[in-house]
Amino acid sequence: MQAPVTHILALTNLRRARLLPAAGKVLVKQGQKVSPNDVIAETVLHPRHMVFDVRQALGITRPAQLSQAIERRVGDKVEVDDVLARSGGLFKRVLRAPVAGQVSIISGGRIVMEVDSPLFQLRAGLAGIITEIIPERGAILEASGALVQGTWGNGRTDSGVLLSLAATPEDVLTRERLDVSMRGAVVVAGHCAQADAIRAANELPLRGLILGSATADLLPVLQTALFPILLTEGFGRIPMNLAAHRILTTNEKRDTAVNATVWNAFTGERPEVLIPLPAAGSVPAESVTLKEGLNVRILGMQQAARVGMIVSLPAELVHLPNGVRARVAQVKLENDEQLAVPLCNLDVLE
Amino acid sequence: MSPSIIDAQSILAVEIGTVTTRAILFDVVDGQYRFIAQGSAPSTVNAPFREAGEGIHLAVNRLEEITGRTFLNLKGELILPVQSDSSGVDRLVLTYTAGPVLRVVVAGLLADVSLESARNLAATLPVQVVETLGLNDTRSLDLQMQALIAAEPDLVLLAGGSESGASRSVFKLAELISLAYRVLPPDRRPHVLYAGNQALAKKIKEGLDRTVHTLTAPNVRPSVDIEDLAPAESALSEAAANIRYAQIGGLQNWASISSALPLPGSLAFGRMIRFLSHIGDAVKGVLGVQLGSGSTTLAMGKGGNLALEVFPYSSGRGASLVLEHSALEDITQWLPMHMPDVVARDYLMQKTLHPQVIPTTNETLALELALTRQALRLSMQQMLARHPLYNLAYEPILAGGAVLTQAPQPAHALLALLDGLQPVGVTTLFLDQNELLTSLGAAAQINSLLPVQVIESGALLNLGTVICPVSDARYGTPILRARLEYERGGENVVEVRQGSLVTLPLQNGQVANLHLQPLRRVQIDPRGKPGPAKFQIVGGACGAVIDARGRPLVLPKDSARRREMIKKWSLAFGI
Repeated sequence: MQAPVTHILALTNLRRARLLPAAGKVLVKQGQKVSPNDVIAETVLHPRHMVFDVRQALGITRPAQLSQAIERRVGDKVEVDDVLARSGGLFKRVLRAPVAGQVSIISGGRIVMEVDSPLFQLRAGLAGIITEIIPERGAILEASGALVQGTWGNGRTDSGVLLSLAATPEDVLTRERLDVSMRGAVVVAGHCAQADAIRAANELPLRGLILGSATADLLPVLQTALFPILLTEGFGRIPMNLAAHRILTTNEKRDTAVNATVWNAFTGERPEVLIPLPAAGSVPAESVTLKEGLNVRILGMQQAARVGMIVSLPAELVHLPNGVRARVAQVKLENDEQLAVPLCNLDVLE
Repeated sequence: MSPSIIDAQSILAVEIGTVTTRAILFDVVDGQYRFIAQGSAPSTVNAPFREAGEGIHLAVNRLEEITGRTFLNLKGELILPVQSDSSGVDRLVLTYTAGPVLRVVVAGLLADVSLESARNLAATLPVQVVETLGLNDTRSLDLQMQALIAAEPDLVLLAGGSESGASRSVFKLAELISLAYRVLPPDRRPHVLYAGNQALAKKIKEGLDRTVHTLTAPNVRPSVDIEDLAPAESALSEAAANIRYAQIGGLQNWASISSALPLPGSLAFGRMIRFLSHIGDAVKGVLGVQLGSGSTTLAMGKGGNLALEVFPYSSGRGASLVLEHSALEDITQWLPMHMPDVVARDYLMQKTLHPQVIPTTNETLALELALTRQALRLSMQQMLARHPLYNLAYEPILAGGAVLTQAPQPAHALLALLDGLQPVGVTTLFLDQNELLTSLGAAAQINSLLPVQVIESGALLNLGTVICPVSDARYGTPILRARLEYERGGENVVEVRQGSLVTLPLQNGQVANLHLQPLRRVQIDPRGKPGPAKFQIVGGACGAVIDARGRPLVLPKDSARRREMIKKWSLAFGI
């Protein structure tokens, strides 16, 4: 059985495609070093337009007069007050451009002009080297370092120096634990149940917050925070898994990029933390066959976030204590305790 | 010509889900079509694979292991048709529920006429309506165009104009759509389905096709007071398939050897319910319920007419929307134990991140079933609001979905359905334990005999006959005397009190005549005559049930009393 994996790696070589959703302009070159906030490529995703009805504006009734009246062609750039069309005859009427723009379409007596459309800028999201340019779309960038993938992100990206407030994986973040010395840092904590703490982090502001978990009632505050927030486990009072906690706490004071993108199972884009390190690791597999010896994390309410190793995969279905039948794996935890966990409730760590 | 058993053919139905891909084999046994076996494997549609083919291969491999038959050749290709060595299958059909939710713009003339019908057509698929464009839109042309572009739809559904009705306004809408998407590069333009005034269809297609790939369908609103979505389903399936071909690797290759167009799961399910309602009792109708990971599909069929809608509520990814549209206590009120609100909310939100996780404790099982009840309740309330001609009296009710089929006992599924749907009158509940209905709906496209024979073979689990009388009597008042006269002799009399849930002493498969004698003013079945009733029933997996808890079912406010009551109802089924 193939299973996707979550990467929690002390040292790895990371390869990420950063691609525009539509054709645009690539701003980086092959071999270029980039920082998380550098723009890789940009495009106009949602062009703004103005539509001019020449017939109505100039009072033209005969279609033959239209082509004579329109003084622009598709692709023409126009400035404010430039003439778009004018009627002939005794009482001439003129249609002028109220703003600058570019003519996109002339059809059916209408002129469609693209105006000051906002640029969509695609940022690197992590520090690395551009190894390949995808023309008009973006680039592939590679980086080496420690990687921690999360389960939830608030859609923001930034980077800063890593500071840990998580002496243990369950350490709770409160307003009182944040102070001005943390301004501009990426802070790690175990759990947060206090909206005030997130507001305080916003006020400092932090450059990133990595939590094991948060209570779901904080969602509105987490979503509207102006800095990236990433949850490694999700919602509930769940301690950060030991593997992630170990990596994050042993890399304190290092520059850290937090790409708290929303997890998209279809595209595979998911929230992640990268701590660049000067050594090269290997490229991790994106999927593995479930087998003995794999490191896994337990999902679900019971034993959530505990990390262990699959020691056996019995073929037959078993009855769980609540009567549900499922295939399970025998998982040996770090404290040597052994548990039967449904395969559906396992997340492979690689 | 309708198919006969003489030209019997084996059919492989492949269902490509978000989590699981299943390969289901139907073949002839003793002159009748039967469900033979199914193989399943994790789907490979999502990252990192992004290719449906691998999941299909693995599921078919599993089917080969189970049946001992060969379906794939050495190159991994499906063997079509059956060969002299019995390898292969004769026909292949495909359904899919995988892939991102489709983004749809609905456009029409009047808000409560064609625009409403376009929206209803869109709602037969799991979609997100990202923009609405109507005749009474007060935004400037610039802003409308801007909105159409910013919506980034996969599909635009354009309706409008009754037959021989409006034309100019429909053309104006089509022009706007064309204008808006002409400014985008071809790979970012949506597909368009026009289902309006047929007199304009050819011209609209010609006009729009220059910019966007356009399909036409029969008018979904042929007159102001008539909505007819069914004829547009084929074109909608085609449009959806075209979009999915571009999104899901390998799908088009498998579609090319399929005997019919791949169907979105909801449309295949709807077809099956319509089909059953056509051959069943037109007065009673059929209600179909499909609980998916991301959505709940309700299909109400009567005499071949179908009301079908997909709601974004579920016990998986759709849990967040159930929470958004309900108070938390609407869910937790169904728990037989105390659970702090923060724990319940956290678990439900966590479920949206990991929808595949199964409950491992009694508490989490109860919470998932409680969420299912509320997802059903929300969906049913909205369904009835949109389709006032339909009601809650159906027989049978067919239900499927992992949350029900994987419950420890059939009674868990029965109770969740009763509490969530709150049917009235006399009905029989069936559980689609092998998740066949969607595949049967797809198979029905090429063989109308197969679904009937497979269903008649007992492929669905009869949960039991349920009688839901409606009375305004006070709680605890005797309202009904039920006398069971067993086919093999003997009888049993049960007195039913208002507010109670009574399981009748009837074993699975046991046949009896049920005599119901009202003791107060009671409506036993809204479709039948008032007064006493007598009919034959067959015991299901949960026997037979009289649900006299009232409609709507209101639970006690006092939490201790409420929990006691819920425990009592469960105990009636021995769970």
